[in-house]
Amino acid sequence: MSTSSSSAKDRNLLAVIGDEDSITGLLLAGIGHINEQQKKNFLVVDAKTQISSIESAFQEFTERKDIAILLINQHIAEKIRPTVDKYQQAFPALLEIPSKDHPYDPSKDSVLKRVQKLFGD
Amino acid sequence: MSGTGARENVFPTRMALTNTKLRLKGAQTGHSLLAKKRDALTTRFRAILRKVDEAKRKMGRVMQLASFSLAEVTYATGDISYLVQEQAKSASFKVKAKQENVSGVVLPAFEVDRVPGTDFNLTGLGRGGQQVLRSKETYAKAVETLVELASLQTAFTILDEVIRATNRRVNAIEHVVIPKLDNTIKYIISELDEMDREEFFRLKKVQGKKKRDAEAAEAKKRALGEQEEKKLVDDDVGGGGGGDLLSSKDEDVIF
Repeated sequence: MSTSSSSAKDRNLLAVIGDEDSITGLLLAGIGHINEQQKKNFLVVDAKTQISSIESAFQEFTERKDIAILLINQHIAEKIRPTVDKYQQAFPALLEIPSKDHPYDPSKDSVLKRVQKLFGD
Repeated sequence: MSGTGARENVFPTRMALTNTKLRLKGAQTGHSLLAKKRDALTTRFRAILRKVDEAKRKMGRVMQLASFSLAEVTYATGDISYLVQEQAKSASFKVKAKQENVSGVVLPAFEVDRVPGTDFNLTGLGRGGQQVLRSKETYAKAVETLVELASLQTAFTILDEVIRATNRRVNAIEHVVIPKLDNTIKYIISELDEMDREEFFRLKKVQGKKKRDAEAAEAKKRALGEQEEKKLVDDDVGGGGGGDLLSSKDEDVIF
């Protein structure tokens, strides 16, 4: 536990993988950040974005040491569902958020699925 | 029965018995402590579980509101997404991790850390500045909810893991360590009893032999004594008291 708690100290950014509208809104709130290597902490996904590039962005964000929370639109998480379901780490916390065109469906959320399973037993 | 089931490889001595008993006691204490820890964590876990469920549903509503406010902005100003994406340089909305301790488990909790006076001041300068501002606030609130949810979720993930580990330990102690120590104690006790019986039997044997020897010696002594006595009596008879001798002989002798 000590390693995770010490690494939690210097995680202070939020990262987003989402459609244009979600990104715009979240950037308006002020979460956008571009670091020294010109790496953005957000990825805009549209209809033309390859699934492989979503996957690689997901990997990159989960491996970065300065990200505390990773937000991902649920319909995009749906595209890389196996990767998302496999992700079990505490840091960064993975959060599936609804988007404008896709209302939130609790039954698809990987965390809520676990919650339901635990409530069920 | 002793000797059945797994046991530790020890030499059955009284010292090993004492040691094993102490270890069994330690294992039992550890077991009860771990069980308590597990209960405390589970209570906490249940509470968090409920909160996560609630917060997830709340997030749906909040994000809907936020999307709606962004739609207002788009209506008033036109598409600002490109502008916003290009202007994002450094985050003004950050989180800070603080820690909470639940029976030895460090749970991180995120706190919103906002720097006031942000970018995008020029966004919507032409028209729709109001909407942009409002949307900004709405989104900031939404993100606050998200951060709250994220810390709940992190706590959930960590607690889940820790509870699993604790359960494993509790079960291991209950089903492996304690029976093993029990078996060891039984084994040592039975071995010691066995030795006791052997020792007892041996003592009995020795005692019996001694007794027999003593009896034999006694008999010999007695026999010797009798002989001696007889001799003495004979001597006595031979010595004096002739009247006695005559009278005793009288009965046998017919003449």
